Amino acid sequence: MERNLMVAGFGGQGVMLLGKLLSYAACESTDKNVTFFPSYGAEQRGGTANCYVVISDEEVGAPLGDQMDDLIVMNDPSLNKFLYKLVPGGTLFINSSIVTTEITREDVKVVRVPVTEMALEMKNPKVLNIIMLGAYVGYTEVVPPEVVKDTIAKQLGKKPAMVPVNMEAFEKGLAIGREARA
Amino acid sequence: MARKFMKGCEAIAEAAVRSGCRFFAGYPITPQNEIPEYMARRLPEVGGHFVQGESEVASINMVYGAAGSGTRAMTSSSSCGISLMSEGISFAASARVPLVYVNVQRGGPGIGAIQPAQQDYAQATKASGNGGFKMMVLAPSTVQEAVDMTYAAFDYAQRDRNPVLVLADGVLGTIMEPVELPEMRSEEEVKALKAATRSWAPVGHDSTVEPRAFVDAGRWSTKEQEQVCVRAEQMYADWEKDIQVETMYLDDAELVLTSYGICGRIARSAVRLLREEGYKVGLIRPKTVLPFPTSTYTGLDFSRVKNILDVEMSIPALMVEDVKAAVKDRCAVHTCCHAGGEIMGRDEVIQAAKAIMNR
Amino acid sequence: MEKVYARTKGIQADMVDGFCPGCMHSTLCKLIGEVLEEMGMLGKTAAVFGVGCSGLAMGYVTYDYYLGPHGRACAVATGVKRCNPDTLVFTYQGDGDLASIGLAETMSAANRGENVSVIFINNGIYGMTGGQMAPTTLVGMKATTAPKGRDPKEHGYPMHVCELLNQLTAPYYLERTSCNTPGNVAKTKAAIKKAFQNQLDGKGFSLVEVVTSCPTNWGMSALEALDFLEEKMLGEFPLGVIRDKDKEVE
Repeated sequence: MERNLMVAGFGGQGVMLLGKLLSYAACESTDKNVTFFPSYGAEQRGGTANCYVVISDEEVGAPLGDQMDDLIVMNDPSLNKFLYKLVPGGTLFINSSIVTTEITREDVKVVRVPVTEMALEMKNPKVLNIIMLGAYVGYTEVVPPEVVKDTIAKQLGKKPAMVPVNMEAFEKGLAIGREARA
Repeated sequence: MARKFMKGCEAIAEAAVRSGCRFFAGYPITPQNEIPEYMARRLPEVGGHFVQGESEVASINMVYGAAGSGTRAMTSSSSCGISLMSEGISFAASARVPLVYVNVQRGGPGIGAIQPAQQDYAQATKASGNGGFKMMVLAPSTVQEAVDMTYAAFDYAQRDRNPVLVLADGVLGTIMEPVELPEMRSEEEVKALKAATRSWAPVGHDSTVEPRAFVDAGRWSTKEQEQVCVRAEQMYADWEKDIQVETMYLDDAELVLTSYGICGRIARSAVRLLREEGYKVGLIRPKTVLPFPTSTYTGLDFSRVKNILDVEMSIPALMVEDVKAAVKDRCAVHTCCHAGGEIMGRDEVIQAAKAIMNR
Repeated sequence: MEKVYARTKGIQADMVDGFCPGCMHSTLCKLIGEVLEEMGMLGKTAAVFGVGCSGLAMGYVTYDYYLGPHGRACAVATGVKRCNPDTLVFTYQGDGDLASIGLAETMSAANRGENVSVIFINNGIYGMTGGQMAPTTLVGMKATTAPKGRDPKEHGYPMHVCELLNQLTAPYYLERTSCNTPGNVAKTKAAIKKAFQNQLDGKGFSLVEVVTSCPTNWGMSALEALDFLEEKMLGEFPLGVIRDKDKEVE
């Protein structure tokens, strides 16, 4: 059993952290093999950012899969660029606040999460990635939500003041993910 | 043992420290910056030293001095940065300096691309500098292997008094995977490892009571210089016992995929999936690319194995030359390649294998 | 009979060195050996030799040494000293080694204030390779690669290493000496001793530039070369202490 996720968006949207938190949580809560691959470019800021997470019972072969079981897109360019990678029957998570392109494929499930708006409502535009992480975990149940919350708290160890707002963001996303699954 | 989720570069650095590395000098270059950055934090904690060299040239020579003095020492770089180190590596081989270095390969030639590649195979295994010397070259395919090989590299280097190269790539350097770290050598052990080098390490010898020590990359006498080469050749022959290779399904395979490093794991994964579909494929994955597991190829049953598919992130393919030298026209050798920072996909390996088998 | 002079134990007994007549490397090998012997450091020293005639010294001396790539002595010394703080580490480099191919390593080691000593032998020419132009070759001075003499329009001007390093904050001690007279030989010895003592005291980077002659590649007799050194070289490279932080303390 192998599960491939790609997360794609702009630099600054927390794409890498999303993938990394999920990977940490999977590593800590399971005996599975986990590989996190941050695709990197030359720019330090801006530009596109994407990463891959593979969670597998066997040793992970290709850290960068050709086909994705799940695809999270945080902006329009990423949708246009990577939608073809999603397997038939795969799940597409989109940041519906800013992704306006019509989804042309009918063989995939779509979970819409307005993470940019939700984060702005929370007066913390940075937590959009954590909301999306919550939605992804709520929908896929690939790792237990409690483990992810522990991981978030641990990774934010140096900024304890940021923990409550991130927990809130995660819970909001989790609810949307669970609802979409139901 | 507890698993730790670590980035390849950082895991390599930690493994080096655990093996007793107490000196690191390096110069920034993507995609290996996390190695020097990690060392800058970590080495002072264990009484070691980190120096950001003014160049790769300076860095390899700082390591030449440190390792030449019997301290376990390492540098790392990527592709074009490794080229700048060539002279120092050749000197280390000549002067018998047991340094360890890591090449986190990126696209080439030239400044190429900062993304992952495997285009330095020939440089690593054939001519890492002038003078026709050889080094053990370890080629990990997972973060765990990178850790284990880096840890062992220092032992090989000290055993042989010869440089050792860990040949990684930009994927391995940047991915994060769970690893089990080897045990940390105690300060007493690290001191003992250094003390064992005293007879040859120039750290101050009183020549009135014992021979002076020197680290010298040349000889005044041509006869002596020839002897250096003769002795080195004997050492290379002894490496036969150190060959490491992973094989799969060679007992009934008709097509053998062969690949090292990052492509090695992709090929292994492709072999598994092809087997599920009933294709009789096998795998030869050299873990030491020098010494190269030639006998694994020559030992194939060529009445059954009609084709070999070499998978590399290098155009032209480079390891394939060693494969061809081993099989000597006894079967067809094909390649499936990318280069310049384009990462190999598993599906294309599978398609390439099927194209050969369905012919 | 009273023994009034003995050869330093820093040079191998019965060794006859191969330096050219009038070359000051033999003087410097002797001075360094004497200083190390007087300091009781012969058995606690590691030299890092440059490539060129300076590197020939390794065959004559009795203490430990490293020979690394051309120009990289200060980088090698950095690695040795950091890992072996109790070992006296000095480099011994010519002008091509230190100021041309190895300028980056020299400047950077000085800028880091590495606790090492550098003996820099400046004779304004490449010796071992046969008289090519060095960064310190005087204007108008002929070299095999500047057959009409150094022309500032094409080659620029002689490089002043001590003055260059004096732009940096970290170096502790910079002095330029020569070995052309008994008095200057004594001053050179004192400077070398000071550079070594600075290191033992943990004061940081010291460099002693010794202006010397190369009769062979200057195309002169040993005595003519001494005159040239006095009249021309010392005009371009004036002797003296360029920096001594000991003196700045008050």
